[in-house]
Amino acid sequence: MSTIVSLPDQSTARLPKVSYLNKEYGLKSWLLTGDHKRIAVLYMISITFFFFIGGAMAALIRMELLTPPSDLLAADTYNKVFTAHGLIMVFFFLVPSVPATIGNFLIPIMVGAKDLAFPKINLLSWYLYIVAGTMMIGVLAFGGVDTGWTFTTPLSTHYLNTHVVSAGLAVFVAGFSSIFTGLNFIVTIHRMRAPGMTWFRLPLFVWSHYAASILMVLGTPVLAITLVLVVLERTIGIGVFDPTKGGDPLLFQHLFWFYSHPAVYIMILPGMGVISEVISTFSRKRVFGYTAVAFSSVAIAVFGFFVWAHHMFVMGISNYSALVFSLLTMLVAVPSAIKIFNWSATLYKGSITFETPMLYAFGFLGLFTIGGLTGVFLGSLGMDIHLTETYFIVAHFHFVMVGGMLMAYLSGVHFWWPKITGRMYPEGVSKLAAVITFVGFVLTFFPQFILGYLGMPRRYAAYPPEFQVLNVFSSAGASVLGVGYLLPLLYLTWSLKYGKIAGPNPWQATGLEWQIQSPPLTENFAETPIVTHEAYDYEWLESQKPSEVPTVG
Amino acid sequence: MEQQQGEHHEHEHHLHLPHGPSEPTHHEEHIVSPKVYLIIGTCLLILTATTTAVSYIELGAFNAVVAILIACIKMTLVILFFMHVKYSSGLTKLTVAAGFFTFIVLITMTMTDYMSRAWGRW
Amino acid sequence: MDSQTLAAQTAETGHIGHGEHPPYLRHHFENAPQQREAATFGMWLFLLTEIMFFGGLFCAYLIFRNWYYPAFVAGSHTLHIWAGTLNTTLLIISSFTMAMAVHAAETRMRKAIMGWMIVTIILGCGFLCVKAYEWHDEWVDHHVPGLNFSPESFLHGSKAYPDDKLSLDMAEKTQLYYSLYFAMTGMHALHMIIGVSLLTILLIQVYGGKYVNGHVAPIENFGLYWHFVDIVWIFLFPLLYLISRHQ
Repeated sequence: MSTIVSLPDQSTARLPKVSYLNKEYGLKSWLLTGDHKRIAVLYMISITFFFFIGGAMAALIRMELLTPPSDLLAADTYNKVFTAHGLIMVFFFLVPSVPATIGNFLIPIMVGAKDLAFPKINLLSWYLYIVAGTMMIGVLAFGGVDTGWTFTTPLSTHYLNTHVVSAGLAVFVAGFSSIFTGLNFIVTIHRMRAPGMTWFRLPLFVWSHYAASILMVLGTPVLAITLVLVVLERTIGIGVFDPTKGGDPLLFQHLFWFYSHPAVYIMILPGMGVISEVISTFSRKRVFGYTAVAFSSVAIAVFGFFVWAHHMFVMGISNYSALVFSLLTMLVAVPSAIKIFNWSATLYKGSITFETPMLYAFGFLGLFTIGGLTGVFLGSLGMDIHLTETYFIVAHFHFVMVGGMLMAYLSGVHFWWPKITGRMYPEGVSKLAAVITFVGFVLTFFPQFILGYLGMPRRYAAYPPEFQVLNVFSSAGASVLGVGYLLPLLYLTWSLKYGKIAGPNPWQATGLEWQIQSPPLTENFAETPIVTHEAYDYEWLESQKPSEVPTVG
Repeated sequence: MEQQQGEHHEHEHHLHLPHGPSEPTHHEEHIVSPKVYLIIGTCLLILTATTTAVSYIELGAFNAVVAILIACIKMTLVILFFMHVKYSSGLTKLTVAAGFFTFIVLITMTMTDYMSRAWGRW
Repeated sequence: MDSQTLAAQTAETGHIGHGEHPPYLRHHFENAPQQREAATFGMWLFLLTEIMFFGGLFCAYLIFRNWYYPAFVAGSHTLHIWAGTLNTTLLIISSFTMAMAVHAAETRMRKAIMGWMIVTIILGCGFLCVKAYEWHDEWVDHHVPGLNFSPESFLHGSKAYPDDKLSLDMAEKTQLYYSLYFAMTGMHALHMIIGVSLLTILLIQVYGGKYVNGHVAPIENFGLYWHFVDIVWIFLFPLLYLISRHQ
């Protein structure tokens, strides 16, 4: 199989003498850094940690669901386990995954700047994340919370005696971490682009992060005030969500989902940015319809604010309002579909190679499409009545989030690993891990579509015996999936010491990040770049080959 | 591996350097005169007195409308003059507009549910 | 821009104190105007988050005012209109004085900056004192939701507003009015406290010589925050205090 990988001669290649990794040593230089690249690495380590905790919760869920009765975990405990899984995976893994790690690392470089606009706020963002994560771990250690990650009222405010307040406050703090990241990105992209870097020369990765950042800044504060109201309701009893005092539990859901629907676009848009970069590089072709893809990111962000009540169709909203939201939900699918079409057109007549990032990207294309389409099924009122609160929903969002977003994250981590660390990951075992992940994923989550359609409710520890076969398939798939996720943890760590030296541009990719050394200097560029070429300009890249990339040492 | 030399660097800048698209717009450097502030401040105080006085007049449903309208005018004056938005770049104006737009979406689309709950059953 | 200035600008050989490369320039920015615009843009984005944060409360207010209008009317009548009007006046004047402080920073007049900032702090504290007095009154009248709330006073109507006599059912709904009153004015007061604290810190820094030599962004951007908090109150005042006063 052919490959586009082009590494320097391994017998003479060395890592650069000076880079952001060795410019300063010591714990303080990392914990008090303003360098966006170091903060990205700090984030990467932290979110990996939380991912495996969330994964452990998933393992408990799938083990319990091997058998129909609630025999491994009591029902209350099971509730706590899936709540922990949801809270950790959504707020401590998916939301920050690409933006806070790969985005933090690359946005300044891709626009041609030396750092983000507000480095101290970037560091604050990480500390808020750590504080929030510690609070959440504390909540779990002290007995957990069993409301589901959605904190639905009046269950969360009036009927439970678990740590709802602490969990709510942990999410509140995590929200500000997200807001500060988004704020930083927006200012950097608007105000710190290098000479010649116009909006339409930016990589599509930047456009997706811009759109996601708008959502972070405008949507997250509504979650913040909602959690404040839940805390006040629980502690003082203000009554806004209490029917006996005249309040409306549905008000909570309106305010909660006003954030949480855009949140799913916060989660997926950065991943879509990764896919644009990877598909272009491994097809050796510019992304088809750059403008359409760029504007569709912004369209997803804008339309994403108009559809939140599709999470509430059966909760008691008026039918007229449900109609409006259902129609708008159909419309929001369109920009996502435009992206899939454009990526497919990029592949058409491209010179495709199948390195690991591309394998993950192919996985994304298939699985995200299925997930997205099932989202449209759920958006139609008639179907939703039957499918809501069943495993169909669970399958839908795992297809888009795990089959889509997580695969995009892994694709991005592998694609930019050489840039971040200076070393290549081992291609053979990484391809194996990608395939294992894909197989494990389909085995885990496809049966859940069928389960949901047959009527198995979600968030139940026990189920009727006729659902057991499909559940066993799903749990078996989960163990395969676990192996698939464990492998990168092992071989990526291995590659830090033993991986091949990557050089500045092992993928022969376009983009400013590939014109600087691997790993980059602290200030990214030896001197401010002046951009004269369009994005994904492979002809320009050909003309660059003879010249040297400035590298220190 | 080479590093770009200082002289080479300076020589390049003798030639026409393209202006960066993120070049500062210099809008922020316009200084608003204290006279403007005084006039706007006085207007705001007058409007405050007005809104309090009008609330004592029976206007039915329009009491709320007038109160909100006066508040909106006060807000506009503060934003345009005290917060310098009148003299700011297009980006600042767009940002303010985006904030209002999202706020309006939250209020109106939530209200579509509450307003239509009592409509005819179907 | 001549190459001489440009070379000085892009040189990383140390602080030159040049027009475009002053000592407060952070090195990831190319020049001071870029830094100033970035900071202002960042503050505006933060204010957007504040609009949406308060937005949730305004949304709740709208819904419950619609559902329980008589209770909201009765609740509003118990607030002291003189206190609300006074507070609005104090905040408007403080916005004026803050704008003047920013002007003084732009024209580099150290004593003037400090003077206007001190007046703003005093006005802000005055606001908080009036608020504290009002809240104490609510506490005494048993109008604090969840803690000591009693609908008793609404079953009989008041001297000024005899029509405020409510049925028990509607009287109990006044608790929602007070919930929103305390949530909204409480959140606003929290922002005022943070504002006054930050302003005090800035004042001390101006005393020490900062922000008087062209580095105006922190004063300007604090001013934006202060004006925003004023705008929130501009809406809270009619919504909470002026519901149907003519009755």
